Amino acid sequence: MTTKTFNVTLRVWRQEGPGREGRFVEYAARGVNPDMSFLEMLDVLNDELAARGEDPIAFSHDCREGICGTCSLVINGKPHGPNRGVASCQTYMRSFKDGDRIVVEPFRARPFPVIKDLVTDRSAFDAIQQAGGFITARTGSAPEANAAPVAKEVAELAMDAAQCIGCGACVAACKNSSAMLFVAAKVAHLGLLPQGQPERDRRVLAMVSTMDGLGFGGCTNQYECSAVCPKLISHDFIARMNRDYAKAVFRSALKPVAAGGGGA
Amino acid sequence: MDLVRNLFGSTIGKKLLMAATGVVLIGFVTGHLAGNLQVFEDPDRINGYSHFLQSLGPALWAVRIFLLLCVAVHIWAGTVLALEDRKARGGEPYAVKRWIQATVSSRYMRSTGFVVLAFILYHLAQFTVGVAQPGTFKENLPHYTMKGDYRVLGFAVVRSGTDVLDVRSMVILGFRKRAVALFYIVAVGLLSVHLLHGADSLFQTLGWRSSRWERGLNLVVTAFCAAYFLGNLAIPGAALLGILH
Amino acid sequence: MAQLESRIPSGPLADKWRRHKADMRLVNPSNKRKYEVIVVGAGLAGASASASLSEMGYAVSCFVFHDSPRRAHSIAAQGGINAAKNYQNDGDSVYRLFYDTVKGGDYRSREANVYRLAEVSAGIIDQCVAQGVPFAREYGGLLANRSFGGAQVSRTFYARGQTGQQLLLGAYSALSRAIGCGGVRLHTMSEMLDLVVVGGHAKGIVVRNLVTGAVTRHAADAVVLATGGYGNAFNLSTYARGSNATAIWRAYKRGACFANPCFTQIHPTCIPVTGDYQSKLTLMSESLRNDGRIWVPKNPGDRLRPPASIPEAERDYYLERIYPSFGNLCPRDVASRAAKRVCDEGRGVGESGLGVYLDFSDAIGRLGEAGVRERYGNLFDIYHEITNEDAYKVPMRIFPAAHYTMGGLWVDYNLMSNLPGLFVLGEANFSDHGANRLGASALMQGLADGYFVVPYTIGDYLATQRPGSRPPADGPEFTQAAEAVAAVTKRLLSVRGREPVSHFHKRLGQILWQHCGMARNRAGLEKALQEIPALREEFWANGLVPGTGDSLNQSLERAVRVADFLELGELMCRDALAREESCGCHFREEHQYPDGECRRDDENFSHVAAWEYAGEGAAPVRNVEPLAYETVKMSVRNYK
Ligand SMILES: Cc1cc2nc3c(=O)[nH]c(=O)nc-3n(C[C@H](O)[C@H](O)[C@H](O)COP(=O)(O)OP(=O)(O)OC[C@H]3O[C@@H](n4cnc5c(N)ncnc54)[C@H](O)[C@@H]3O)c2cc1C
Ligand code: HEM
Ligand code: HEM
Ligand code: SF4
Ligand code: F3S
Ligand code: FES
Repeated sequence: MTTKTFNVTLRVWRQEGPGREGRFVEYAARGVNPDMSFLEMLDVLNDELAARGEDPIAFSHDCREGICGTCSLVINGKPHGPNRGVASCQTYMRSFKDGDRIVVEPFRARPFPVIKDLVTDRSAFDAIQQAGGFITARTGSAPEANAAPVAKEVAELAMDAAQCIGCGACVAACKNSSAMLFVAAKVAHLGLLPQGQPERDRRVLAMVSTMDGLGFGGCTNQYECSAVCPKLISHDFIARMNRDYAKAVFRSALKPVAAGGGGA
Repeated sequence: MDLVRNLFGSTIGKKLLMAATGVVLIGFVTGHLAGNLQVFEDPDRINGYSHFLQSLGPALWAVRIFLLLCVAVHIWAGTVLALEDRKARGGEPYAVKRWIQATVSSRYMRSTGFVVLAFILYHLAQFTVGVAQPGTFKENLPHYTMKGDYRVLGFAVVRSGTDVLDVRSMVILGFRKRAVALFYIVAVGLLSVHLLHGADSLFQTLGWRSSRWERGLNLVVTAFCAAYFLGNLAIPGAALLGILH
Repeated sequence: MAQLESRIPSGPLADKWRRHKADMRLVNPSNKRKYEVIVVGAGLAGASASASLSEMGYAVSCFVFHDSPRRAHSIAAQGGINAAKNYQNDGDSVYRLFYDTVKGGDYRSREANVYRLAEVSAGIIDQCVAQGVPFAREYGGLLANRSFGGAQVSRTFYARGQTGQQLLLGAYSALSRAIGCGGVRLHTMSEMLDLVVVGGHAKGIVVRNLVTGAVTRHAADAVVLATGGYGNAFNLSTYARGSNATAIWRAYKRGACFANPCFTQIHPTCIPVTGDYQSKLTLMSESLRNDGRIWVPKNPGDRLRPPASIPEAERDYYLERIYPSFGNLCPRDVASRAAKRVCDEGRGVGESGLGVYLDFSDAIGRLGEAGVRERYGNLFDIYHEITNEDAYKVPMRIFPAAHYTMGGLWVDYNLMSNLPGLFVLGEANFSDHGANRLGASALMQGLADGYFVVPYTIGDYLATQRPGSRPPADGPEFTQAAEAVAAVTKRLLSVRGREPVSHFHKRLGQILWQHCGMARNRAGLEKALQEIPALREEFWANGLVPGTGDSLNQSLERAVRVADFLELGELMCRDALAREESCGCHFREEHQYPDGECRRDDENFSHVAAWEYAGEGAAPVRNVEPLAYETVKMSVRNYK
């Protein structure tokens, strides 16, 4: 465990409020301990700023252990910083060296408007979930849990997809601000499980059209998203969703119209 | 109707259209290249081939219209998506932008695509309509008399002695112009680059891609594009160097 | 003096809940939508309650301070969730789960509540599986289990090391569905800053929008608080930075009793502190104790000696030594104190000497590295991220940290506080874990409360309220509360002192950790009761809260929460001082057996201490709810 401290220069995006003009401001972070997390480094800087009578830097964070998906920094052009498979809060200063200039920006995408400084509004993700990111199972109506076995491999694959923490780094990294990886992960998680079959078509159609409606871009298969994903969710799920979507589109077109008039 | 709305309205739908039309276009250019390579054999071959195509009449037109439609849909979707994607990015660009694993070809699909479009237009003007280089256009060249039969699947579709347009000379003479030949080489080069991503990407779009065999797919696609480029390079190249005459 | 009616149904323990459900008043279906229910919080408890209540037809409004319901700290739960399914055929049963929980809680919880918890536990797993929660499975496709501290059966269901995440996303998806079809109105970035009491009943809340700073009032027929635990009073804890006591503390100041505030759990397996800049401590799931062996060097000199070079003979696997039958799987309070003891003996490891080894070499020998990776891969990754050490090669270093609060707002069997119309769920209430919570039972309780208890019991209250009798949100009580909230904000912003809020939080944390942590004694607690009010005064005189109140101001958010912790911390110490016994996590050094185990005083302290606010400056009143043990025989907890 080293305790040798060092100094870095930060270029941080400052923006007073939604729709306001933003700009970069340079700050010196001194006496940085390599075992500090990037966010702890910002905490210390913020206390200094406050003491100097300046406005502290607003940034999103909560769990600080890479699971809640709140933290959302673009560090030197990479969402969640230099390391693979971690969130911003799991980025430690040992990844930087004395004298580094570190540019810190918010996640940028039209559907993620900046609220303040590095804080963005990602409620668009909730809207997509509300459109179909669920299995309808009214409380109390559930059958015995072991009634429907699920092959271990299938359960594991579903879990791989289900790990998504909803951080939005995939959108931030994609040159099209596409939410495909996020949506695909949810579609795959639920679509892989037997419980998810009844709503499978309806789900993918609804989630995709909501995603488009919210102004996320399309996918040009560039796989930047899976590269920055803190949970390393595979873009194979995007292929899977494309297939699901195609099937759903044709199935729903060919489906006979029920007397009740139930379309997908 | 849902089907149309979903396919032409949604991002994934448009991508599906691009992939589908992409497949057709790949099929065409590959077949077209195969046909064109006959230029290296006896003049009978390519001239007969061309005559045979022209003789198909309505069938040829059907194919032409279909191809045209594909290109149109492909370009339309590509363009609309491109605009949507730029809009989605929003006003403020990143001060630092790092590419992590996106391939170069994937980042220039639009530009390579449009150069290909420009190429196709010139190409049609040159070899199909004949406005680009009237001097060496097939119609204006002395006709060619078949020395033997041109056979497809064993059937003699163009009989010996038939007098046909001299497509071979048109091509060779056309490529004697250095600028033209170079433009071709650049264009097919960029098309190959376009396909380098396109031919891989379409599997992802159609949902048939998996990192399990990502490597394999990459190899096949790269080999295909290389071969495609070399094949297309050969014709203007050979013409330039005077190997073809 | 508050009325503390536990409303425990009569009849034999096993029949109480079934009978009670049959006896409770019902709300006519066509009337349900006429009732406004406010749910504050969307963790396991809040999300499951919101979804279930709206499915039943109530008009639900859900408030969270997070930017999305999915961010609730339930997301961080790692290890698993208990349920009496007996899938492992190892003799588990509702009774055994009930018994383990009561015993684990050191006989300071309500039998009836705990039994109900065990009873509904199986249904929780069914519900979650139906929602698509990808629990771990065996090759046959059936659900897998692991064992957890304080139990000798294998009843814990898990989803890798992210059980809480998957359960929360399940509840969140149900909530999302309800929001999508208009059943629930969601308010994010909305922090509840006061409870509105009208005619003795909880009838609404006052909320501050964290983005705009707007203070709004919301009226309802009933208010449900599911706002989580208050462990961040310790500053350094395994909680998320935003976790706070504000909602329940303001409710307390409006008359809701606060039960057993000193019952706070210190988790044995967390990553040790590295520096004073540190903002949080990260938990290494207790499930690691299934396969990891805990030890320290026998001689104090070996603090920094490479563990590999310490021969077996010079290692002290102290848990296995002291507690042969439970070994590394003894309950948390026991394991934490044991760790503290060996560190006090100077045998702790690492720079600070505040750490013990959690060693996987045996497990790796047994299961292979791949086997261990499959079970705990992500935990090993987290450990590596933070410490830069590879736990597959060198043993983990762990140390206890504040992790959970058994105490919380007092509730009766219906989960309703002494303020009618105020329901409290999940970690925010005190109900089921007594003086110590067993691993994997908080997730169970949160979901039990939200899915299977409050949906029934709230009807019993609402049936007594005429539809439409809800007071208007512009009534005097609302105005008064809203003005009070605005005043606090204004005051915090007007201090403009010299010391940042974080410093006060740190100092409060140090006081509580030292005097009201793993071990407590009269002298220390009395000292703390001097220091905390002083610190509070200093805070109001010299606290530095930059910025304004009319936009996103994270310093202000923190200040509001710390201000409440500074009051709550005092109550925690009062409670610890008043409880002249040791039980579960509450270890009073004056009350222990020679071997250092807790010495309970069932004569005088077999009760719940429910503190009642008596006004600014006045000493709070300690009400008592006696605990009657009809089924379980109280005994000295023995894990040896
Ligand atoms: C690191 C860690 C690991 C754990 N592992 C396990 C485990 O393996 N098994 C287990 O059983 N238990 C575990 N626990 C305990 C368990 O996770 C929690 O007790 C439980 O999730 C609490 O759920 P909750 O719904 O009561 O509160 P939370 O999940 O904390 O939700 C609180 C909600 O209230 C909202 N809120 C809070 N205050 C306000 C306010 N003033 N205004 C508006 N909204 C507000 C928040 O936005 C949030 O939505 C763990 C806890 C931690 C910290
Ligand atoms: C060096 C490479 C090429 C050569 C030598 C070549 C040659 C020709 C010739 C001779 C014709 C006229 C055929 C006839 O009149 O019977 C033709 C037509 C055509 N070529 Fe090419 N071509 C080449 C590359 C391409 C490429 C890369 C494309 C597409 C991207 C392309 C698209 C077409 C099209 C669309 C037609 C019209 C076919 C029709 O008449 O319907 N060509 N080409
Ligand atoms: C003429 C102008 C053209 C334009 C503007 C164009 C543009 C594009 C664009 C923008 C894409 C999307 C890339 C992606 O999303 O991954 C694309 C994909 C593709 N293009 Fe083109 N292209 C053109 C011509 C062609 C031609 C002539 C061919 C074939 C010979 C072709 C084959 C493909 C293929 C196979 C794809 C992959 C589709 C997918 O990604 O699923 N394109 N094109
Ligand atoms: S897919 Fe990955 S990057 Fe995208 S939101 Fe989920 S966790 Fe974040
Ligand atoms: S980066 Fe963007 S282009 Fe598709 S594969 Fe990922 S969404
Ligand atoms: S703060 Fe929770 S994921 Fe980073």
